[in-house]
Amino acid sequence: MAKMQIKEKLALLSDAAKYDASCASSGTTKRSSADGTGLGSTEGSGICHAYAPDGRCISLLKILMTNFCIYDCAYCINRVSSQVPRARFTVEEVVHLTTEFYRRNYIEGLFLSSGIIKSPDDTMADMVRIARSLRHDHHFRGYIHLKTIPDASPELIEEAGLLADRLSMNIELPTDAGIKAYAPEKNGDEIRRAMGRVQLRKEAAKERTHTGRRAEKFAPAGQSTQLIVGADGANDATILQSSTRLYSSYKLKRVYYSAFSPIPDSTAALPLIKPPLAREHRLYQADWLLRFYGYQADEIASAATDGMLDLEIDPKLAWALANRASFPVDVNRAGRDMLLRVPGFGTKSVARILSARRNGTLGFGDLKRIGALVNKAKPFIITRDWSPGGLTDAANLRARFAPPPEQLSLL
Amino acid sequence: MIYAPRLPRLGAFEAWRDAARALASNDVPADDIHWAMQGDDAGLFGDGAPLPAPREMMVPAAFVSLARRVCAHRAPGAHDLLYRVLLRCRGNARLLGNRADPQVQQLEAWAKNIRRDMHKMKAFVRFREVTPQEANRRQFISWFEPDHRIEELIAPFFARRFGDMDWVIVTPQITTRCAGGDVSHEAVQSARLDLSDETEELWRTYYANIFNPARLKIKAMQSEMPKKYWKNLPEADLIPGLIAGAEAQMRKMQDDAPSLPPLRAERILDRLPIREGLGDLNACARCPIGAMATQAVGGAGPMGAPLMIVGEQPGDREDLAGMPFVGPAGQLFDTLAAEAGLDRDAAYVTNAVKHFKFTPRGKRRIHQSPHKSEVEACRVWLEREITQVQPVFLLAMGATAAQTLTGDGSALMARRGTVERGREGLPVLITLHPSAILRSEESDRLRALLVQDLRQAARMLEEIRAL
Repeated sequence: MAKMQIKEKLALLSDAAKYDASCASSGTTKRSSADGTGLGSTEGSGICHAYAPDGRCISLLKILMTNFCIYDCAYCINRVSSQVPRARFTVEEVVHLTTEFYRRNYIEGLFLSSGIIKSPDDTMADMVRIARSLRHDHHFRGYIHLKTIPDASPELIEEAGLLADRLSMNIELPTDAGIKAYAPEKNGDEIRRAMGRVQLRKEAAKERTHTGRRAEKFAPAGQSTQLIVGADGANDATILQSSTRLYSSYKLKRVYYSAFSPIPDSTAALPLIKPPLAREHRLYQADWLLRFYGYQADEIASAATDGMLDLEIDPKLAWALANRASFPVDVNRAGRDMLLRVPGFGTKSVARILSARRNGTLGFGDLKRIGALVNKAKPFIITRDWSPGGLTDAANLRARFAPPPEQLSLL
Repeated sequence: MIYAPRLPRLGAFEAWRDAARALASNDVPADDIHWAMQGDDAGLFGDGAPLPAPREMMVPAAFVSLARRVCAHRAPGAHDLLYRVLLRCRGNARLLGNRADPQVQQLEAWAKNIRRDMHKMKAFVRFREVTPQEANRRQFISWFEPDHRIEELIAPFFARRFGDMDWVIVTPQITTRCAGGDVSHEAVQSARLDLSDETEELWRTYYANIFNPARLKIKAMQSEMPKKYWKNLPEADLIPGLIAGAEAQMRKMQDDAPSLPPLRAERILDRLPIREGLGDLNACARCPIGAMATQAVGGAGPMGAPLMIVGEQPGDREDLAGMPFVGPAGQLFDTLAAEAGLDRDAAYVTNAVKHFKFTPRGKRRIHQSPHKSEVEACRVWLEREITQVQPVFLLAMGATAAQTLTGDGSALMARRGTVERGREGLPVLITLHPSAILRSEESDRLRALLVQDLRQAARMLEEIRAL
């Protein structure tokens, strides 16, 4: 076989990486190259340098080191039993693409993942070599996200955490039964134990040494994982339960939800479907409620039907409609917890309401200026000059928000 | 008297700030000021009256950063409204926190436009390499058209980011240069530069392949990457083709029959090492606790230890580490054991229940006491440990351990400090669990009691050794 050019490899190995939803480049330590000795900076918020027509942002160079893989995960384009052409980048090629793309301001950094070649340790060692070359040989101070192989040795994960901003391990299937059925070489327990070790190591890096010096930062942008939606039979309640477990146990920064999407060269074990994008969207909304709005997974599930989120209205509105006894909320008196439960109020609106309240009582127009979605909030709030009366308990309230039923068209 | 400050294109914020300070500190009303940029039509007021001498004045810190942004906005009236709010926020620090105030809201909305404009510039500037042959630093150039006058605000970002290269960003009115780390601006009119760079071919390859044709969301793309930016993005002319071909690409994936695995697949799968079994304890499903925990946590210590110390269940730390007694309660226990002269290394430490029981609350796990049935289900593992270690006596810490070791669930504090006969026929010294000290308001008293009991355990240990 003729030697593949870097462009052909890039085409193959980015195509193979697109099923990983994560593209975050935010929340790491502040770094700069203003001293003139290196390349790159990170400053809190991430930057999306482009958007593809699939609506996803492109922030990082997201590629696989290689798409050779000895595992046989049914949902994955790179599984050993797939016929896709294979390729492998050299260390220098990945470093070249990362730094040259970075210099032209195409990307915030590198998200490097890989198929498993030979053994988990061999694979992880090669990925660490790339990160080391970027950081030490090229003084690269941009963002690095390394996909971690759960079974890799602690020494390799240790070095990976010191070089990278974020480490991630994808659980992919929300239940261990799903993992067993569709990713038989993976093991949910193993992945969670590895996440636990990373979390303990992260905490150890926060403590000062006995000389009072700060320990070197370990994966400062935290850990994340991904769950595939719609490949196995797990319902939304199960998925959210799974996320809650991961957030509370391993302090994950993010759980990504990825609608199972057709792959070239599929297996008979998992029939291809149209990716359930609406469902994925509702799960992200529910995830936000878990992380920023103080909801518990079982509360969200209680407003769902048969464990599935309502596709027509968002989960916060669904909860409010199912718990109308808690409304209307008096915007001028309620605490933060309850304001956060008002449909149409985001975390920013709530912070502004609390701050503005100190200048006097708020009316309906004030909320509008503050940036709240007042039409949505209307049935659920009382202000100086507005009371919803019977609207809160009106039988047709849901219909005000849900899209009108589509008329059947004649063919 | 009418004042008409003229703000320069470069340094507009500093000029506004100096003028505003002079005027506001002399209580000049906003209606007497006509703000304009240099080069604007001078209008009715010409140069206006000379500004009064500035006096001391205090403004909230938040105002300065707000003003810096709003000054970059092209909206007519931005400088005027900024001055009006400046007059109002003297002596009223709360004003800026009130987004319900229409003037504050307008300024914040403008500041938001500026933040977005800056963010988009950080995102969509594309550098092209123009390094001459014998240059010792690489050189890059970019053309960009921001909506507002943000060039000075944004330059430090690029200087922090591209430390080891020289760069130029040309906009229709300002050319910003960074050479050897020094940033300079020049107000000069420029026409669009038509540039290219051979690395763009790789970037376009990446862009086309990272796109997933099965998830077309054109509106989402356009709201974040509006068409006005496309003409300067090397990847943007691929977009129409990617959209047009998406449907067919997706249909092809679905229509293609699942393929047969290549021959090597079976060979590779056959050679994979068999994952070691996790052992009975980790696989235990005698009660539901284990399904949520990270791992089972067995005991630790020497086989044949004369003393076995039994706690309640692993906590958050123990669950992550897979080791017993390493969390806050375990550390406290270590301290108290040392104080009591108890040789902890001579003891085997374990828990009545081997998995961590908790309820998730956001980013934390809240400890839950195990049910009686769960403790009972887990007893087989404790009994197995007792059989293997063969201790001479046991120390039960807390009600759960006392219950499982003696079969007696009655009130703990009445029994602590006494030795009871356990189910296995072994003596069981009863005491409280160290976590009770961490949680209690009368922790000093409980601490003393636990130390007292640990001393007793130490004495018992010595007696055994003396035999």
